[in-house]
Amino acid sequence: MIRVVLPFHLRTLARVDGEVELEIPAPVTVGKILDALENKFPVLLGTIRDHGTLKRRPFVRYFACKEDVSLEPPETPLPAEVVSGAEPFLIVGAMAGG
Amino acid sequence: MSKIRVLVGTKKGAFILTADGKRRNWNISGPHFAGWEMYHLKGSAVDPNRIYASQSSGWFGQIIQRSDDGGNTWNTPGSSPEELKGPGGFPKGESNKFVYAGADGTHKWYDGSQHPWEFKRVWHIEPSLTDPDTAYAGVEDAAIFKTTNGGKTWQELPGLRQAKGNLWQPGAGGMAVHTILLDPKNEKRIYVAISAGGCFRTDDAGKTWKPITKGLKSPFELPDPDAEVGHCVHRIALHPSKPDVLFMQKHWDVLRTDNAGEQWNEVSGNLPTDFGFPIDVNFNEPETIYVVPITSDSLHYPPEGKLRVYRSQTGGGEWEPLTKGLPQKDCYVNVLRDAMAVDSLDKCGVYFGTTGGQVYCSANGGNSWIAIAEHLPAVYSVEVQTLP
Repeated sequence: MIRVVLPFHLRTLARVDGEVELEIPAPVTVGKILDALENKFPVLLGTIRDHGTLKRRPFVRYFACKEDVSLEPPETPLPAEVVSGAEPFLIVGAMAGG
Repeated sequence: MSKIRVLVGTKKGAFILTADGKRRNWNISGPHFAGWEMYHLKGSAVDPNRIYASQSSGWFGQIIQRSDDGGNTWNTPGSSPEELKGPGGFPKGESNKFVYAGADGTHKWYDGSQHPWEFKRVWHIEPSLTDPDTAYAGVEDAAIFKTTNGGKTWQELPGLRQAKGNLWQPGAGGMAVHTILLDPKNEKRIYVAISAGGCFRTDDAGKTWKPITKGLKSPFELPDPDAEVGHCVHRIALHPSKPDVLFMQKHWDVLRTDNAGEQWNEVSGNLPTDFGFPIDVNFNEPETIYVVPITSDSLHYPPEGKLRVYRSQTGGGEWEPLTKGLPQKDCYVNVLRDAMAVDSLDKCGVYFGTTGGQVYCSANGGNSWIAIAEHLPAVYSVEVQTLP
């Protein structure tokens, strides 16, 4: 089971408390996590990545095992710890502003 | 007795203020959508309990929300379980999807080059006067979208951007359709205003649009005195009984037209400054209008630190300051373009919100004012519903 941590405002929007759990067949990638997440919570469509291009929104970042994987291609396999559920996959609202 | 509901959009959430027809004691609910920028909320004239709201964030983009019970509960349109699954088993969830029709095209950029249109957010939602499922959305980068299914999906009316859109250029506040006025006597006629774009009218329900800017003068921004587009129109307003008469607060200048925008004439008269953002019309007196003069385009606060609404009871030209109940020293707030509204009671109520988080109400057409909310986040928009 993949564990996903959403930022506060997206948890509120999706009406979830705590982590989201997703069943995803191997290989687990960022793209497949986002597909599954949007499938389960359609209200999140467009909030993490663009509706049409599927490009990551500028102030959203992805972390796996404390590594920023935001710039990795969406089909890149994620670490075994994320796949096993030992570590969560983090979607983070980037620090921005002043 | 009638009831008043005031819908307030702020930089950090939405608030709903309610009172009876006396408009003295107010209840405040909120923040709804705490932490999100709420550009605009507006209720349907046909079904007042249906309220559309634009929720946005620099991080997470645009969300459309809808309430069908007067703002007690909210949902993204089309999010019921049976509506979520498309033919392939995938969610539809398209209420937040604003995609320009056809090729995105380009508009003028700050350096004079051409720049692709990029959707950023919904500034203004204008529900239809006859159908609760139909509404229009004014968006940044400037375009107008329409829904006919209660906000589940939105389609652009691309004719607007064909009205010399390649010459529109964003101002400091962006380039957005911020005002949409529906003609109550002619359902095919719609007016829109765009900062640094101008003012436009359609007479065929949005298929084609034309600039209506004859008489506007913007010598510093637009050296060409005959420029049809590029005028920085801050707000337009009309009275439902006289929809061919429009009032305009431009970047500088207050103007009126008596022929649906074919010719504008300046009516700034004795205003202390004719720079400002909102303008509105008294519900019971079509020639009584309100503006909030702001010092200048460089100093976005009231002259002399005195917050004064100015009223003209002659359709412009002659203006009087309205100060009773408003701060008359050390006040340096602004009143944004969508942050003034009127109710439809016998003694017209006038409402406005400030960037300092106050919402003021006058229950007597502007003669005196009370603060009905204070210490809110910066107010982006104010709309009023008069309920039975």
